[in-house]
Formats: sequence, C-alpha cells, structure tokens
Amino acid sequence: MVALSHERLVSSADAPARRSSPPSFDALFRLASLASALLVLIVLLGIIGSMIYGGMPAFREFGLGFITSSVWNVNEDQYGAWVAIVGTLTTALIALVIGVPLSLGIAIFLTQLCPPWLKRPVATTIELLAAVPSIIYGMWGLFVFAPLFANYVQIPVSNIVEGMPIIGTILYARTPSGVGILTAGIILAIMIIPFIASIARDILDQIPSVLRESAYGIGCTTWEVVRNVLLPQAGVSIIGAVMLGLGRALGETMAVTFVVGNANRLSGSLFDPGSTIASRIANEFNEAIGLQLNALMALGCILFLVTFAVLVLARLLVSRVKVG
Amino acid sequence: MDTALQHRASPEPMTAPAPWGRVRRSRHVADRALKIICTLFTVLGAFVLGWILLMLLVEGIGGLSPAVFTETTPGPGSQGGGIANAIVGSLILTVLGIVVATPIGVLAGTYLAEYGKNSKLAEVIRFVNDILLAAPSILIGLFVYMLMVQPMGGYSGWAGGVALAIIAVPVIVRTTEDMLRLVPGSLREAGAALGAPMSTVIIKISWKAARAGMVTGVLLATARIAGETAPLLFTALNNNFWFNPNLMGGVANLPVMIYQFALSPYENWRELAWAGALIITMSILALSVVARLLLRKDKVR
Repeated sequence: MVALSHERLVSSADAPARRSSPPSFDALFRLASLASALLVLIVLLGIIGSMIYGGMPAFREFGLGFITSSVWNVNEDQYGAWVAIVGTLTTALIALVIGVPLSLGIAIFLTQLCPPWLKRPVATTIELLAAVPSIIYGMWGLFVFAPLFANYVQIPVSNIVEGMPIIGTILYARTPSGVGILTAGIILAIMIIPFIASIARDILDQIPSVLRESAYGIGCTTWEVVRNVLLPQAGVSIIGAVMLGLGRALGETMAVTFVVGNANRLSGSLFDPGSTIASRIANEFNEAIGLQLNALMALGCILFLVTFAVLVLARLLVSRVKVG
Repeated sequence: MDTALQHRASPEPMTAPAPWGRVRRSRHVADRALKIICTLFTVLGAFVLGWILLMLLVEGIGGLSPAVFTETTPGPGSQGGGIANAIVGSLILTVLGIVVATPIGVLAGTYLAEYGKNSKLAEVIRFVNDILLAAPSILIGLFVYMLMVQPMGGYSGWAGGVALAIIAVPVIVRTTEDMLRLVPGSLREAGAALGAPMSTVIIKISWKAARAGMVTGVLLATARIAGETAPLLFTALNNNFWFNPNLMGGVANLPVMIYQFALSPYENWRELAWAGALIITMSILALSVVARLLLRKDKVR
C-alpha cells in the first residue's frame, strides 16, 4: 500500500475511499518503475562484478606484477598490463591537452561571440561531431589523417629533432607511417570536443548575465570578461567537464584501435605505435582462450576502475556548482 | 584592471585614431586574439565534420550500387557482393536494443522524476545512470559476453541486442527524467484533485505533456547505438551469411562489417566498407538532426 502515500499528500483530508482504477495497477506501475530504476543499478554492479570475476585468475596468477609488468606474450602465457596502461593514459592526456583548449574556445564562441542567428546551426554542427560513429573516426584517422600526418608532420619533425637530446627521442619517428600514440591522441581530442564543449557551454550559460553585463559596463573587453569573470565563476565545474571528457577518452575503443598501431612496446617516442587497454581487448578478445582471456578481463577491470573514478570525480565537480 | 580603466586625456590633437581606440594596446590585442582564436577553433570543429562527410561521400558513392543492397557480403577473395545481410542485421539489432531499452528506460526515468525525486535511492540511481552514460562501451560488450555469450554457448543476436540496450537505457532514462521534470506540478495536482491515482496521472498527464521530449530521447538513443561497434565485437560478432531466424550463432551487422572489411587486403571488401560507412553515418546524422528538430524548444542531452 505504499502507493497510497502520494495520494494522501495531495488530498490528505480525504480518506482514499473511492478510486477510479483498481489499486493493483497503481501498485504494479510503481513497482515496475522502481524495478526498472533498480535494474540500472544492477547493471552497473553486474559490470563491476563480471570484470572482477573474469579477471581474478589473472590477478591471482601475476599479483601486483600484472600491473607493472610490460610483457605480453601469448605463447608463454605471460601477461602484464603496463604498456597498455601507459598507452591509455598517454593518449588520453594528449587528447585533453589538445581537446580542452579547443572545446573551451568553442564554448566561449558559442556563448559570448556568436551572433544569435548562427548559434543553433553552429551548436548543432559541434554536437553532430558526437553522433559520428567512432569507427568512422577510425577510418578517417587511418586512411585520411595518418598519411597526411606522416608526410607533413612526422617526417619533417623527425628530420629536425634527430640527434637532439630528449626531444630527439620524444618526437622521432623510426618508421613514419602516421599511426601511433600521438595520432590516437589527436583523434581522441576531436572526439571529446563535443562533450566538453557542450557542458562548458551550459555552464557558461548558467552564469547570471548580470555579472557579465556589469563587467562590460565598467569597460572590460571580452577577453577580460572571460578571464576575470566567467572562468572564475565556472571554476570547478569546468574541471568536471574536462574529467567527463577524460572518461570518454580513456574508454574509447574503435577509433583508437584503427590508429594506435597496436604494438606491445614501450617507446619513448610519441610517434611510435603503442596500444591502449581498450584497443588490446578489441584486438585479442575473440581469439583469446584460457589465461589470456582472464588477462584481458583483468585489463577491462583496471579500465573500469580508472574510468569509474574519473567519472565519479567529474560528476561530483559538475554537480557541486549547480547546487551552489 | 584599475589601470586599464584610465582614460587617456590626450593633449595632442586628434589625428587618425589607432585601431584600438582609447583602449590600451595590450588589452586590445588580447581581446582580438581571444575572438580570433575562439572563432578559429569553432571553424576547425565544423571543418573536421565537413572533412569526414566529404571523405565518406568521395569514397562511398563509388561503392554504392544496387548489388550493395541485395547481395550478401562476399567471402574472402571472391568478387562483387553486397552488404544486404549486414544492413538487415544492423536494423534488427538496433530495433531489438531499442525495444528492450525503451520500456526500462522510460519507467526508470519516470521513477526518478515522479516517485523517487530527491530520495537517497533516486540520487544514487541518478548518479549510477550518469556513470553508465559515459562508461566505455567495450566493457559493456565484455559484460554481456560473460552474461549471455558464455552461458548460451555462442555468439547471438540476442546478446548483441542486450549489449546495445544497456547502452541505450541511460540515454533514455536521462532524457525522460529531464523532460518529466519540465512538466509543471500544477498539471499533476489537477489530475490528483480529480481523484486519479498516481499511475493514471503519470500516464495520462505527465507522459502526454512530455511526449515530444521522450520521443527525442528514444531517437537519440537509437542514433547512439546504431553506430556502436565495440560492444558487438564479442556479442553479435559478424559473418558473411544471412543469419539464422533464431538469431543464434552470430549476426552480420554494419559496424563490425566495416571494421573487418576496412582493414582487409581485398579491394572489393574495402569498397563495401566505405559504402557501409556512408550509409550508416548518413542515417545516424539524419536521425540526430530529426531528433533535434522534433524538440524545437530546447536541448536534450
């Protein structure tokens, strides 16, 4: 009879004596919606549970060494996650370094500079970037972007930096094929732009226009308004938006699989091929048996924990400002 | 900023004014730089979208022929062929995913907006839903592999449909809740005042008022899952045949077909991959645009 409580709220004086539809349907409807809502919770728990269950044999076999070892040898059944973890973090970091300024620029353009008639089309165009399937980004990256990148960036840069200390390692391409960690980072940057930009736009839109107008009123330029009024106001929620983008970048699979090169090798150079957790799972899972399967599951488990932490942080940062 | 506000009481006669007027030059430059950079970034974003579409048109149009829509995917090394089985398979998987996801998503969203509201449980579910919304789709594929493919003893279209449904549910939950929250409380009160029970108020009043937004949510979810590849890799798989009517043993579908064919050494496979990429991207973009037009008022995410 939980269903009654809400009716009572509305008509508390009236005893619920008459009812137009049988009470069973009302209770059933409430139960069904509660069950559906709980299902969302159960699915998340199920994902965590299945990753841990599937990855357990690998964790038990290799212990902590699974994370720190960079061996991935199917023939000898030795697996370590280090290369994939480093690849995942590096590509995601590159994506943020490139993607965040671009997204903020787009958000500022949409909220501050754009003439009103242009707002809708531009916003829709940027949002459509999110609708393009990730596999299409992969094809674009591999067949269109990578050759151009190899010819006009990798080869010239490699020629310039060859022999230099540090930079000569980081930016030297042994085989300038266009695919590699940096290419994957750039593609990821493009893919996270619509997410960060649209949240940043919402945040900027929520800032009371009084603040902006008073700043303009005392003679501030647009730059000063953005730098001294809008960004401090938006503050942590911008960081939350960035974290959300990071969550996307960490788990992106298909586009990265196309352009990352899929090599199990730790390399000092950003131009060299590598692999990420998601790309390795996508590549090997269907042929994997036995311990390899468990190792891939364990990789998935690590990926899940990392993205989970990032997304929780993002959510906390974004929501705190909305309340305050 | 105080120094920046000093007016220049210029004693010298007003000759041709500098382009930065009475504003200090560095301020003018910073302002111009911001405007130009932000505009450039936006143009760059639009440019990339245009470039991708252009690439698809250039590469894909050549591969489009009637055979693409009537013949099944060719085996390794054979000539010609089409992608009819992949197109139909994709449609079936997407429809299956949406049919499973819509009732669950709508009901869960209804729970959050109408029953749970600000209760602890509702807060937790909202939180979890937001995380599922952004969870890596490949992990959902792994989960469904463990949940359905292993116990059922093989790849199946059902597993693929469930994987897609898990991706679609959070989208629908989110939009449904957002839309229901826009329905004014006075409408519900009016319904309750007439003696209607809660369920009737929700179905006859809240859902009706929020219908356009909820349909948009379902369309956006469809657009989202139609192009998903990663969760299908381990669930529906892909093959070169028409699938079994009971959907067991792998179902051909466009995204995985594109993935396998695009990286293959066969010329006709690659052509078919481009044709498939063109078809799927255009359908998804069209669906997204229609969904946005449907909701004239304002945004859903």
